[in-house]
Amino acid sequence: MTIPGSHLSIWGRFRQMTVSLIAVFMFTTLVLYLAGAPPWPAYYHITRGALGSWIKFSHVIKAWIPLMLCSCGLLYTFRIGLWNIGVEGQVMIGAVLATAVLRTGVDDSAPMVSFFLAFPAAILGGSAWAIIAGWLKTRGEVHEIFAGLGMNFVAQGVILWLIFGPWKRPGVASMSGTALFPDYLWLSYVPGFRLSPVGLVMAIMALVATALMLRYTRIGLNLKAIGANARAAVLFGLRPGRYMLLAMAFGGGFAGLAGAVQVTGVYHRLIPAISSNYGYLALLVVMLANYNIWLVPPVALFFAGLNVGSIQLPIVLQVDSSLAGVIQGALVLTVLAVHGFREWRKIHRRRSTENMAAKEAPADV
Amino acid sequence: MCKNQSGVLWLALAAIVAVFMFQPAATMAGEPFTFGLLLVGPHNDHGWSQAHFDAAKYVEKKLPGTKMIYIDKVNPADRPGVTIPQLVDDMVEKGAKLIIANSDDMKDGTREAAKMHPDVHFLHISGDDVLTGKAPKNMSNLMGRMEYGKMMAGFVAAMTTQTGKIGYLGPLINEETRRLSASCYLGARYAWEKVLHKKPEDLKFKVTWIGFWFNIPGVTADPTQVAQSFYDTGYDVVISGIDTTEAIVVAQQKKQAGKSVWAVPYDYVGACEGGGDTCLGVPYFNWAPGYISMIKASMNGTWTSKWEWLGPDWADINNADTSSIGFAPGAALSAAARKALDQFIADLGSGHVQLFKGPLNYQDGSVFLKDGEKATDQQIWYLKQLLQGMDGQSSAK
Repeated sequence: MTIPGSHLSIWGRFRQMTVSLIAVFMFTTLVLYLAGAPPWPAYYHITRGALGSWIKFSHVIKAWIPLMLCSCGLLYTFRIGLWNIGVEGQVMIGAVLATAVLRTGVDDSAPMVSFFLAFPAAILGGSAWAIIAGWLKTRGEVHEIFAGLGMNFVAQGVILWLIFGPWKRPGVASMSGTALFPDYLWLSYVPGFRLSPVGLVMAIMALVATALMLRYTRIGLNLKAIGANARAAVLFGLRPGRYMLLAMAFGGGFAGLAGAVQVTGVYHRLIPAISSNYGYLALLVVMLANYNIWLVPPVALFFAGLNVGSIQLPIVLQVDSSLAGVIQGALVLTVLAVHGFREWRKIHRRRSTENMAAKEAPADV
Repeated sequence: MCKNQSGVLWLALAAIVAVFMFQPAATMAGEPFTFGLLLVGPHNDHGWSQAHFDAAKYVEKKLPGTKMIYIDKVNPADRPGVTIPQLVDDMVEKGAKLIIANSDDMKDGTREAAKMHPDVHFLHISGDDVLTGKAPKNMSNLMGRMEYGKMMAGFVAAMTTQTGKIGYLGPLINEETRRLSASCYLGARYAWEKVLHKKPEDLKFKVTWIGFWFNIPGVTADPTQVAQSFYDTGYDVVISGIDTTEAIVVAQQKKQAGKSVWAVPYDYVGACEGGGDTCLGVPYFNWAPGYISMIKASMNGTWTSKWEWLGPDWADINNADTSSIGFAPGAALSAAARKALDQFIADLGSGHVQLFKGPLNYQDGSVFLKDGEKATDQQIWYLKQLLQGMDGQSSAK
């Protein structure tokens, strides 16, 4: 896979993103109309629900953090041309390992040790989970989409088994999740402001590190070279399989970190839906941002805002609450449609220029 | 170049934030007393959540000057990434002075939110944080004594079954679900042995747990399949313990396929609707009396943190204003069974029949209540195991 749109200037990419957003907007408006909801008040309340107060905005940031972490991880894998669909499972395994380490910190004399170890453990867990999918790809010839999807199911199974089995609450068998961690094992947050500065710093550091890594290091350059043309890269002495595993390891590591943030900063326990679909959402963020790292943060913020703001639909407008899900689905479809149209037009254009060149060729003689 | 343009994008975003953030909050004099309702399932689920939703509507009617705001499907499967504190923040911004959280699943989130909003009152349904001392002062617990309703459910099931096999479609396993399924069993056993005078060993009572309060595809066992397998293996009455209506729906399908089967739904007074001639009746919650007393206390400034476990009004268990637990007989209940049920209800009310009374053993054979010993509220609330004679898991494997 070559990176779509990579030939475009940033302005061209911005324009394409705008086209996508307008398409999303029109499609969503249509859905709202069909559902009997007044579109303008709906947009107003979604925006107000996301940006109406500092507390609301901090909830948006809280969703933005894991979304950013997953998106940063995806930039590595997309750069080398891999579809890391397994990011969802990597978040889950990160959350599982963070929980495993945190559990040793409950009633321990030095809980902070396990608190700080939870994050590297989650990163390693996510990496390992991604490397399995990568290994299936490079050694087993299993397409990474299927490997990733499969690993997502396995990860979900692992979580359910842990919650219903070894990590159950005493006397309880419920999918509600594990017992709540004591608050000394929570990511602390500023009173009156619902978000953890540590989480925010992690997301920003992930962004900066990814940007530097992809742009200025040999690894970043090689990822790009292999992504652009794996065969040519081999001629230059690069080993694509090894770099694919490396990209997966980076992607999984960031996803795993997102899992740890979900456990320590949001739910304070392990629940079956710990990944909150941020893995899948991050795929859309990166695609909508056209694989450009500087467009990822605002697009992620848009998605996080939509996630938080759309809660207003059922509360204020009494619109059937599943409509928020329909809007998200509409987003997915529209992005894919715009993406597909773009590819189609590119091919179409190339063909017509070739045709034209073929027609004009004799005249030149 | 690229940084410049994303800079413009950020600036635009900051401008939008500013516009929306510095809007004056809408506050007016003489505003109504707003209370927020967090429902774990859909507000029209014909089960647990609808019982709460309808009660809140009733409160709006009965207490002039109150206004309800609500959000349903509050669970991580339906609303990924949405947390209880986040929803509470929003409702408080909208002026809510009291928040009702209707699920056991919201226990941790509600406590967290209550600590963040010490000026707002919280009512956590079915919880025990006040009993365990974990609740802050602005939080109370409310539950109905559904044990009585479940005894009636078990009673009509045993009066009706032709195979002597009763299935219980259980949600997850915890103290609440253990005591409710045990209550069903006690009611069934009483009908079987004391009313029908049949042999104790001929009554089978099996509990199958799905893992949550309602079906979450891929996460819980499928309640439709569980109900089907009950009916297919000779259990001709299925009693529902979950929030939703699968048992009655499957019963209706089996009936149409020519089987003699019945079901007892749960939670909501109207749960028999559409169940046709398979519904034996429904034990239901009426949350209105509990809500009204708590909301009045919050409005008058007489709020105290308490743990309320409200029972039926034995004078009329179906009184909408006084009885927190009721039983609505269904179309499939025979006249004879109905007559026996009325007697059973009268006996429960007078205390003539007490089912949580020894000798009673736990499922593993150890003694729960000695001969003649009556269970205390706490012994029932925190029931440690299922009872001897019941099939099914007492806790996770």
